[in-house]
Amino acid sequence: MRIPIIALRVLDQARALTFYTETLGFTLTEDLDLGPMRWLTVSPPDQPDVNVLLERVGPPIVDADTAAQIDELIAKGVGGTLFLEVEDCRRTFDDLVAKGVEVIQEPMERFYGIDAAFRDDSGNHIRVTQRVETGIPWPEGAMQGQS
Amino acid sequence: MTTREVAFLRRAKDYVDRAYAQPLDVAALARQAHVSPAHFSRRFKEAYGESPHQYVLTRRVERAQELLRNTDLRVSEICLEVGFQSLGSFSSAFSRVTGMTPTAYRATIAGFAPSIPGCWAAQWTRPATTARMEKRADAAGD
Repeated sequence: MRIPIIALRVLDQARALTFYTETLGFTLTEDLDLGPMRWLTVSPPDQPDVNVLLERVGPPIVDADTAAQIDELIAKGVGGTLFLEVEDCRRTFDDLVAKGVEVIQEPMERFYGIDAAFRDDSGNHIRVTQRVETGIPWPEGAMQGQS
Repeated sequence: MTTREVAFLRRAKDYVDRAYAQPLDVAALARQAHVSPAHFSRRFKEAYGESPHQYVLTRRVERAQELLRNTDLRVSEICLEVGFQSLGSFSSAFSRVTGMTPTAYRATIAGFAPSIPGCWAAQWTRPATTARMEKRADAAGD
């Protein structure tokens, strides 16, 4: 089994496309006008077979009130989260700060590596992790997975 | 609330998350959101369940809990590290959020069986928001 597409709800597809391609460096993979919906996907630079659907939710999928509630939650910062892995967390962080992203967390050393966090243009949470040995011990009993 | 207004509140919250150890300037945050301090505080509480003042205290206590769990720093050192000006204000904020003093908290955590994963212990020792605490107090009062 594999994951070809994951959906991320955004407030404005045109703005999101600019953010993911120009700010983050993703590639536009599909942009289709399907009538009531715009099918819009982007891929991270090093994973062309993984797509993020920049999805706009509204009628007829959900009613207008529900759509407004979802938008409010996204804007509040409790919408989606995307985890990205990079070679150099501090360098990526500096690049993105120079491009004016909203920072949630400056690069910090953790037991699993170095990570930082910021928001996309909608308010979704994006974590940038560099897998590296930091010398910080793993929590007792934690499972470290296969990698 | 409009998504634009909520986004202002989110930026203020993210700022407090980053700068919890700095003195909280509600007036400055309200200015950035282009609203009055009273309006800002009310809206922030609606969105995040705590007033900006309580929110920053909760973040400081959360950070203090982490330091009490994972370092050997003295309580007085942790108090300053997370942004409290006095041991008295630290202790009372800590007690209000966690229900125990920093020293008692450290002793309780030390008693966690080592087989319990750290992340699990962290989840269960995470401070509740004021809103949740109030609900709990209401439930206890019934």
